[in-house]
Amino acid sequence: MERTISFTLNGRPASVKVEDDRMLLWVLRSDLGLTGTKFGCGEGLCGACTVIVNQQAVRSCSVPVKDVAGKQVLTIEGLGQSGLHAIQAAFVKHHAFQCGYCTPGMILNAYALLLKTPKPTPEQITRHMEDNLCRCGTHGRILVAIEEAAIQEASAASRGGAR
Amino acid sequence: MKPVDGTENGVAGLSRRELLAMAGPGLFLCFSVDWLAAQEPARLPARQGYPTDINAYLRIGPDGRVTCFAGKVELGQGAMTVLAQILAEELDVAYDSVDMVLGDTELCPYDMGTFGSMNVRYFGPALRGAGAEAKAILLQMAGEQLQAPAARLQVKAGVVTDPNTPGKSVTYGQLVQGKRIERHLEGVPVKPVTAYSVVGHTAPRKDALDKVTGKAKYCGDFMFPGMLHARLVRPPAHGAKFKDADTSAAEKAGARIVRDDGMVAVLHERPDLADRALGLVKAQFERPEPTMDDKTIFDHLLKTAPPLQNVGASGDLAEGEKASGTIVEETYLNSYVAHAPMETHSATAVVEDGRATVWASTQAPFSLRTQVAQAIGLAPQNVRIIASYVGGGFGGKSAGGQAVEAARLAKATGKPVQVVWNRAEEFFYDTFRPAAVVKIRSGVTSAGKIALWDYKVYGAGEREAKTYYDIPHQRTLSAGGWQGGNPPGMHLSAVGPWRAPSVNTNTFARESHMDILAAKAGIDPLEFRLKHLSDARMRRVLEAVAKQFAWKAGKAPSGRGAGIACGIYSNAYAATMAEVAVDKKTGHVQVKRVVSAMDVGLVVNPDGLRQQMEGCIVMGLGYALTEEVHFKDGEVLDRNFDSYQIPRFSWMPRVETILIDNPGTPAVGGGEPPIITMGAVIANAIYDAAGVRLRQLPMTPARVLEALKKG
Repeated sequence: MERTISFTLNGRPASVKVEDDRMLLWVLRSDLGLTGTKFGCGEGLCGACTVIVNQQAVRSCSVPVKDVAGKQVLTIEGLGQSGLHAIQAAFVKHHAFQCGYCTPGMILNAYALLLKTPKPTPEQITRHMEDNLCRCGTHGRILVAIEEAAIQEASAASRGGAR
Repeated sequence: MKPVDGTENGVAGLSRRELLAMAGPGLFLCFSVDWLAAQEPARLPARQGYPTDINAYLRIGPDGRVTCFAGKVELGQGAMTVLAQILAEELDVAYDSVDMVLGDTELCPYDMGTFGSMNVRYFGPALRGAGAEAKAILLQMAGEQLQAPAARLQVKAGVVTDPNTPGKSVTYGQLVQGKRIERHLEGVPVKPVTAYSVVGHTAPRKDALDKVTGKAKYCGDFMFPGMLHARLVRPPAHGAKFKDADTSAAEKAGARIVRDDGMVAVLHERPDLADRALGLVKAQFERPEPTMDDKTIFDHLLKTAPPLQNVGASGDLAEGEKASGTIVEETYLNSYVAHAPMETHSATAVVEDGRATVWASTQAPFSLRTQVAQAIGLAPQNVRIIASYVGGGFGGKSAGGQAVEAARLAKATGKPVQVVWNRAEEFFYDTFRPAAVVKIRSGVTSAGKIALWDYKVYGAGEREAKTYYDIPHQRTLSAGGWQGGNPPGMHLSAVGPWRAPSVNTNTFARESHMDILAAKAGIDPLEFRLKHLSDARMRRVLEAVAKQFAWKAGKAPSGRGAGIACGIYSNAYAATMAEVAVDKKTGHVQVKRVVSAMDVGLVVNPDGLRQQMEGCIVMGLGYALTEEVHFKDGEVLDRNFDSYQIPRFSWMPRVETILIDNPGTPAVGGGEPPIITMGAVIANAIYDAAGVRLRQLPMTPARVLEALKKG
């Protein structure tokens, strides 16, 4: 059914008039022009299309747009709008990417982990990232980058708390 | 040749090159600079196959920023970064002031394609030469302006100064003013390696910010007003013939249909709605006769392969047979392997006013230009291919069917058209690494020396099939390969280059077989290899890796699960050791640690090489342990990542990389060498762990269990 779906996209109100059973991935890319969210497999198997909906990582290729009505959606374009987020900065520092195609999904999936678990163990990071696929083989660097970003975020938070 | 001292030079090199700042453990083994200077070859690289005009490679803006043009493509391998380093070095400008333009047929000098680890090896020298010539011309121009002999001038970060008149200077930007450099100088030598300050050091990747912010544009990210997304009717199996398609329901759903010379396409302004409409098309195909499947393929290859060709022989096989106390014959198999890049083949085409522009995920923009031009009846100079960021290639984006489809549809509809293959199409149309069979007949003397080596490879190709071990009586034969030209029906579908083509298969067979012979001879596998090696570079990588791994000499199987393998790829050397754990109940193999050493000659970008080594090791885990294409009667049964398993985070071993800095040897590519060792190093480690020999890739739990059952 075609109808207007309204939600918050990267901190700003957004409305699209669309068939409401279309998947969020295609509405983001094709209707809203946000191409940082990638198509990889179309079946929720690779994680390239990962975005954040109400602070949870979801596979936007498998989420109908009607499911995000009234919710907060964060894509890679909305992360670190005032300077790189700690996860992005750590990915840059450690060269935790090669072709970069899986990178937005990796970063946002890691972001969801740190929201829920600010001080993850290496095992928690591995488990959380397990279903995000990378073909270039940068897994080791991604794990290091996430660990470092968690430490950065935690120390920034504690500095913030002391003030 | 001075041997490497892994401790002293290695540690000194490590700190000098600031490698500790980078992630991951690693060693950097260096030679002394004196030795290096003595070994420096003639410093006049030819620009073979590349333009002689320096303006083809670089432009200097009035602000002093340098734009570097290269026909190479950024696939993730870091081409952008390493080429910027090379140009900054020769030109004496800051690395940060170099902007890269890659893979655009209109702006960049012709290039055959980004494959075969040829970027640094072949384009590198051309770019060095252009940079050196430009610098010499700029100094000449600066001399005229500063009224000083060019030879006296100094340049740093694009600012030319005369030491005799302090305070007077001129910048490259002021000299050139954004214009073409009209002068030309012959025979300008390039900078000696000893004077390098940018090359040899890790540089921050040029693509980093684009890639972590989502700003990096891949070919499917280009959108135009009125653009249509196309989905095509595809056959259910290779060899199926199209009969007819009823597209009425798709048309009713608002899609536009194009039928053009056997192609049936469904187009819509929204990609997902084009996909839905495609689902409404009822297409009929004539299925092919049953042929073969992923189990019968190996017999099929032996039956259908072209005649074996001799690719190298020495000594006399009959003599070798006589000298051998033990004869060992083995057969090694590997299945089809997919490239499976995260970005599927994509293209966006705009055709208007007799010109076409196509953004395409391709490793070969210039040959794609010819293909597109032919397909839509334009002259090649009226077709522009832009390979913007490409989401992984690994050899699989050498062919460009999707770009031709997009261009034909853009011409047919008069609108911009985007074609993005879905994952099933990506598997179906992939030019797989060929399934292959290797047969080795060999003999060892009572003294533990190999006297006979008769090697036959079917399907994989002859690259690095010939052994580098010292064996007096040997012969290498090859039938068919990844390059094409195979008899019709030999393979499931088109095969092609897959990261280190031929060499993964040949190294798996040779290095597995070396371990079998070492075990027969009762000799430690490392010692056994060294006994048969006079190649100093190979000995050096083996010794370096053994030291870092802390290899414990002994006859396999030791129960520790340690394996070794080495190999050569395009004049680069790699040796790898791995430690595995084998779950004897499930057959699951966990790789716990991988140490790999690589010698690519001169090291241009240490961390760039480490990234490639790590990528090789991880991608190698896939073809070693899980990756095989399942198929039956022309139908590709793997359609997505549920059945086709690629490496994941939980698979990650501890990875240690060692770079042998060998500046006396010109740099060659580093994107492929270690991957060739991964099949055998794991097979050999499994043997050391469990005493069973796996002769077929991938070494799935089912195959490991079967081997354990047989004992």
